[in-house]
This record gives sequence, structure tokens and C-alpha cells, in this order.
Amino acid sequence: MSTRQIQLDSGGQLHHFISIEGLSREILTDILDTAENFATVGTRQVKKVPLLRGKTIVNLFFEPSTRTRTTFELAAKRLSADVLNLNISTSATSKGESLLDMLHNLEAMHCDMFVVRHNQSGAAHFIAEHVAPHISVINAGDGSHAHPTQAMLDMFTIRRHKPDFTSLRVAIIGDIKHSRVARSQIHALNILGVPEVRVIGPQTLIPPEASHLGVHIYHSLEAGLQDVDVVLTLRLQRERMEGALLPSEAEFFARFGLTEAKLKLAKPDAIVMHPGPINRGVEIDSAVADGPQSVILEQVTNGIAVRMAVMSMVLGRPPQSGEESR
Amino acid sequence: MPERHDVQTLLDQMAGELRTLLASRHISNPGMIGIHTGGVWVAEALHHLLHLQQPLGTLNITFYRDDFTRIGMHPRVQPSSLPFDVENQHIILVDDVLHTGRTIRAALNEIFDYGRPASVILVTLVERGGKELPICADITGTKLDLGANQHVKLSGPSPLKLTIQESA
Repeated sequence: MSTRQIQLDSGGQLHHFISIEGLSREILTDILDTAENFATVGTRQVKKVPLLRGKTIVNLFFEPSTRTRTTFELAAKRLSADVLNLNISTSATSKGESLLDMLHNLEAMHCDMFVVRHNQSGAAHFIAEHVAPHISVINAGDGSHAHPTQAMLDMFTIRRHKPDFTSLRVAIIGDIKHSRVARSQIHALNILGVPEVRVIGPQTLIPPEASHLGVHIYHSLEAGLQDVDVVLTLRLQRERMEGALLPSEAEFFARFGLTEAKLKLAKPDAIVMHPGPINRGVEIDSAVADGPQSVILEQVTNGIAVRMAVMSMVLGRPPQSGEESR
Repeated sequence: MPERHDVQTLLDQMAGELRTLLASRHISNPGMIGIHTGGVWVAEALHHLLHLQQPLGTLNITFYRDDFTRIGMHPRVQPSSLPFDVENQHIILVDDVLHTGRTIRAALNEIFDYGRPASVILVTLVERGGKELPICADITGTKLDLGANQHVKLSGPSPLKLTIQESA
């Protein structure tokens, strides 16, 4: 079953959120519009709405994460859901329990949603294929495949500063090859109608299939930054690299690190983003990360609203026939 | 239903009654909140007629509905916006149609998540019968006795018009 088919129910509503690829512009826009409604909740006296009261959400993290897990947890709590955080690397799998046995045990506890982070590409899709039909699965990052909620919070942040996607020039800089964030960003930008998406990086860190994604490839940061509206920087993922893809972090910074001088080549009102955690002085200079064009901390705030939107959309769809019995 | 409802006449009469009620309760500077979408239109008109000083608040009760798992989300509705402090404020809550009372239940819950109001007055353009909760309007434009297959709909924002439709 393709990811597109597994993500939507028979009525075309979002049931799982595994990948941006294959989703329509309408669904992505619905996520952004719904997130806009949730954005105000965090500024109120009571930072909570009763929407998912009585639902149980399990954060299944097979790979360490602070920001993503925390914002998913906060999003679930602000929707009044009950949240369970399972850090699997230190839990059942060390006792030899299989993944499916563990999932079926969680199902038996009447959970409603699994938020999955895993270092293997396709893990969230595999889990979505094997869970009971009433359970929704959200991909919180799988290997180098996809990180769809990160891409949507990036789109949300872009739209707040640059409301018209169809007039933008967007550059993604750095380690494209290992980045699930970049893959999801490229799909989201394409679906939302951004006419020009550029990827900038050394040959060794741009995957051969990039040219099929409809992006323009640059191996020079100076050339790639010319007149862009949005600069998306990425973390250099040392832990996923095998062999000598990079001479050194210092050389990477010299050629592809975003500095104030290089940022001047972009449009004067260009915004700078980074999914975190930041390697200061490797992919981005501190002066830029903390500078006036940086919206990096806004991304973190927006991540909560976007995750609230996705969670409420997958749990808020009308039940399909045959699902209620489980 | 043959009778025509002139919304402007109803609004003028409601504004008068509201002025009297506020005076009798010694409320001088109330905050008005309209419920999306029709309630905001009615609230805008009343806000203008009463020359209220505080900016109009709007409420989107989607996140407080009790039928959310049956009907899902409506992302296109505008977000809630309460441009004044709810704490200790006298509130006038405005909706277009009072039917089951569930919308008002949801709206009250949302208002209390912003703070503890001093009081809440409920104003609706139409009260149509079919109540399922113990919620009554303090001021109503008109009362209609409608069957379960009849729907009253306010269209707007300009001009505001009430129509009654029958479903099969």
C-alpha cells in the first residue's frame, strides 16, 4: 500500500500523517489554517482547549529528540489529551520484545495515537500498516525519509512572513542527502506552489535523485543565495554519515556556512530558518542565527500549533464504518 | 413560515432592551463578544448601535464543541480574538440563533479559559426552540416555533437577512 493510500481514509480525510509526498494542496492548507487557530491558545491564561479530552497519545521515540518530543507532548497536553512518553532504546526492546508485540500491548491499553520517531526510514509507515484501524500514526521523523510536521511548521512560519507561496524563491542549504527535513520541505514547497526551490551544498551531500524533485541544484552558496526570499539551513548530520563525505567542519563552514556577509546576497527582507539543534559555526554563524532576519525561535513556537492541528485533524475525522468495533 | 423578519427592526429593539438591562445592572463599560460567524455580524450591529467603547471580541468555538469526534474540524473559521481582559469584565455574549444551547455551553467554557468574567449576558437574534441544555437568552430578537426539519439561517454581513428553510 502506498503512503498516500495509507494516510487517507475512504472519505479522503487525513488518518495517518506519515509523509508530505502525495498529499493535496487542500490538505496542507487545511493544516496551516487549523494551526493558525491554535496559535493563540499558547498566549491565553488557560493554555488548553478540551478538544482531545479522554484521548491517549503515545510518544514512541526510538531515537533521541528533545525539541520534537517536547513540542509533541505540549501540543497533546494543550489539546487536553493524556500523553505517555516511551523512550524505547532503554525500554522493552532490550528485553527482546518485538516491535509488533509492543504495539499490540499499547493497543490493548486503548491508546488512540502513536507519534513515532525512528532512525530507520519507513518505520512510521510500517507501524501504520500494522496498528488497529482506530489508531492514528504521526511520523515524528524516520531515518532520512521524512519529517512531515517539521516541514509543515516551516511552511507555517514562511506563510506568516510571506503569505503568497506562488511568488517565492526558497533555498535549502547544507546536508540534503541525510536530511528528512529537506525531503519533506521540498515536497511541501512544491505542493504549495513555490515556483523556485534551490538546494545548495557540496556534491557529496546532495543525493542524485534531487534533480527529479524539481529543484535547482547549486554547489556555490554565493550563486544559490542570489535574490532568495527564504533561506532554510539544515543541521550537518554527522551521526548519519558513512565514510569521508566531508573534509572537515571548518571547511564546510568556509564554503557553505551562512554568514552575515553571504546573507546579504539574498533579498534584504529574506528570513532565515533552521530546524534545530543548531551547530553554531558549522552550518550557520551565531550572528545570523541570533540576528534580525532569523525566525528560528518562532519555528519552535509554531511547531506546537502545527502539531496541535495535525493531531486534532487525524483524531477529529468522522469514524468510518467498521472502525468503531475495535 | 410566511412572516418576514426585518432584521434591522429586531436589532433596534434588542439594542433598546440591552441598554435598559445594562442600566438596571449598573454596568457601564461591558465587553461584547460575538460567536462566529452569524453571531459576529449581530454583535457588530449591536456594538455600533450601543456605541460601546471596548473593541468587539470574536469567538470560534470549534475547539470546545461536544460533537468534534463526529463532525471534525472547520479550519476556515477565523480564530478567536478577545481584545480586552476577561477577568472581572461584564460580558455580553451574542449569537444569531439559540437552538440546542450547546454552542453557548462551548462559548462559556472558552470565555472562562481567558479569565473569570464578572457576569455574562446572553443575547440572540432568534430563539427557535429545541433546547437540550438549561440555557436561556437574556435578550432575544424574536422567538420562532420551528419543527425539527426546519432551519433558520442568517445570511450577511450586509444586509443581514433571516430565512427559514425546510429539509426533506
